[in-house]
Amino acid sequence: MAERVAVIGVGQTYHKAKRDDVSIAGLVREAALRALEDAGVGWDEIDAVVIGKAPDMFEGVMMPELYLAPALGAVGKPIFRVHTAGSVGGSTALVAAHLVTAGIHRRVLTVAFEKQSDSDAMWALSVPQPFSAPLLAGAGGYFAPHIRAYMRRSGAPRDIGMKVAVKDRLHALGNPYAHLHLPDISLEMVEQSIMLWDPLHYLEACPSSDGAAAMVLGCEQAAAEAQAATGRRPAWVHGMAMRSEPTMFAGRDQINPRAGRDCAKDVYGQAGITDPRREFDCAEVYVPFSWYEPMWLENLGFCDEGDGWKLTDAGATSMDGGDIPWNCSGGVLSSNPIGASGMLRFLEAALQVRGEAGAHQVDGVRRALGQAYGGGSQFFAMWVLSTERP
Amino acid sequence: MPTPPAPRQGHRPVAVVSFAQADNVRRESHRNEVETLMPVFSELFAATGAGITKDDIDFICSGSTDYLVGGPFSFVTALDAIGVWPPRRESHVEMDAAWALYEAWVALQEEGVDTALVYGFGKSSLGQLSKILCLQLDPYAMAPLWPDPVSLAALQARALIDAGRATEADFAAVAARSRRAALSNPKAQVAYDRTVDELLAEEYVVAPLRTHALPPITDGAAAVVLAAGDRAYQWAERPAWITGIDHRVETHALGARDLASSPSTAKAGQVAGVGAGPIDVAELHAPFAHQELILAEALGLGGGVDVNPSGGALAANALMAGGLIRIGEAAARVMAGTAGRAVAHATSGPLLQHNLVTVLEGE
Repeated sequence: MAERVAVIGVGQTYHKAKRDDVSIAGLVREAALRALEDAGVGWDEIDAVVIGKAPDMFEGVMMPELYLAPALGAVGKPIFRVHTAGSVGGSTALVAAHLVTAGIHRRVLTVAFEKQSDSDAMWALSVPQPFSAPLLAGAGGYFAPHIRAYMRRSGAPRDIGMKVAVKDRLHALGNPYAHLHLPDISLEMVEQSIMLWDPLHYLEACPSSDGAAAMVLGCEQAAAEAQAATGRRPAWVHGMAMRSEPTMFAGRDQINPRAGRDCAKDVYGQAGITDPRREFDCAEVYVPFSWYEPMWLENLGFCDEGDGWKLTDAGATSMDGGDIPWNCSGGVLSSNPIGASGMLRFLEAALQVRGEAGAHQVDGVRRALGQAYGGGSQFFAMWVLSTERP
Repeated sequence: MPTPPAPRQGHRPVAVVSFAQADNVRRESHRNEVETLMPVFSELFAATGAGITKDDIDFICSGSTDYLVGGPFSFVTALDAIGVWPPRRESHVEMDAAWALYEAWVALQEEGVDTALVYGFGKSSLGQLSKILCLQLDPYAMAPLWPDPVSLAALQARALIDAGRATEADFAAVAARSRRAALSNPKAQVAYDRTVDELLAEEYVVAPLRTHALPPITDGAAAVVLAAGDRAYQWAERPAWITGIDHRVETHALGARDLASSPSTAKAGQVAGVGAGPIDVAELHAPFAHQELILAEALGLGGGVDVNPSGGALAANALMAGGLIRIGEAAARVMAGTAGRAVAHATSGPLLQHNLVTVLEGE
């Protein structure tokens, strides 16, 4: 029988283009210390560390968990390193959570990071490999054709992506940790920014950030102890799921991937969710390029296929009057320490459920979704959090 | 139906039910990672004789590193060697696949996941390993000095000699025994029958290490199937039950470690219950000959233990698969009934920084 698991502490760095005031160890430690303090525990009370990040070439350090073990208080303990492409921040949290639900550990520290300024992600993604088509235009160049296919399939007007770009940047103004704070953001400003990969303007793409995210996950007893010590309530995990699909497979639908739909079905089934738009109070979803909001609205079952852009267009996903606010933190469009971006989605969902999101808190959140995806939309990780103990 | 031995960690008995590996070779120049893995999976499923296919697998986990390929996301195309359609529950660790097995073992603790496929692969021939491994080191203080892995290993071997716990002849004895054992391992890369005196006549590579004390550079891949509870008996007559598994890390700062000992292995062995009964076979992931001596001491292995009957990492050293191969080799002996209780060890990082210990038992 599986044990219950809850988020009992969260911490993140102030995400920036260059954190040249800290080493990689300093960066992850900053997030980890905030999470420990939030949980009211010290290093000694952590049983194991699970760390995740995107490709090692993004910093030029091979298997950095080895170098980071002492900085994360892991000496003498188990440390574990996850890498599942862009979904890694979410997958890392899930691997950590399973250590608790499997009854192996009571309290696990999970950390994800990227220090993009140490290298160049565009370069690292573009290294020519034998027998593979070179990806010379980075992630945006990979996803833009899929976005155009979505527009053609759904008949979405061209300004939908720009609306997401504005909405998420307005949300980010309430998040002190966000990398981008653009108080003057407007549709005109997005439209006038340079066209990078048609239809994506510069301001419809995520930034390159240095940053880290950390959470302390605990069993039922650890959750009770943390609440007694800090007065902050736990965010209970009601569902966890991961799905992967093949890269080279003609049967894939990269616009509405089956792996994402199956993952959502699994996690909703565990949490008893039948109508996600009505039953979630907010969601943090991996939207690195603006158009992925309407695409994931459909993939996650918040609306019928082809209708995602209509929700975005009507403002349904805005904190300003929308019924299902998405990415109240500003999302990946406002902070993108790649390896940590997925964990930030999971962490921000926890902040909302705990009522700790400050200026970007949605009133009365009872249930929230965290989602991350990676690769060329083959890899998905999701969890459902609730104020209620399962 | 027989009863599996009670696990020391977790609450659900999990067993290795199949193991397969590619030929370990210096340079696999005709096949990429996917092409190397595909026949391994075929052999893996065929070995059970139970007609199992990829569609019987609930969870998949792999271990590999991008730095061997020289490009990001090396695990992504490798997954295509399986063909995960419909989409699967799948995960990847940027560690030796022994840790992928650990993640799978954790996943198998919960209802709904009864079977798991674990695999690892590494093609070291694609780059210059002595440079690549430097990038594992502290990027600010150590890596810029480019200390190559053989020089670091020589420091550790010297520390062991200085501590009075081994001699160069002891290293040669480990190498002679391992390469002789490898003669009966068809997958081995380096196998020979030479005396300790012959080996001691070799030149130093980096003193006190001579050629025989170094691992080969290997291209290889391996895979394991795990099954929980009764499912294990459907696929294996004599499953190799994982009764204990644990891993621990030490500090990265080499100057702060006692290089002649391995407290992380000792701790992991203690938690996994190595000392709770007699050990017939030990497969130790010791790329350098002297490291076997450090590990055997840390695990408290006595004289009666058959250490590295496969030849160990001295016979074939596929990075990212080598630790999983130790578990597979130990499990194969339990499944064959030639060992009742076996210990398998996997290592990661410079000079045995991170160590995983698994205890495998028959009924």
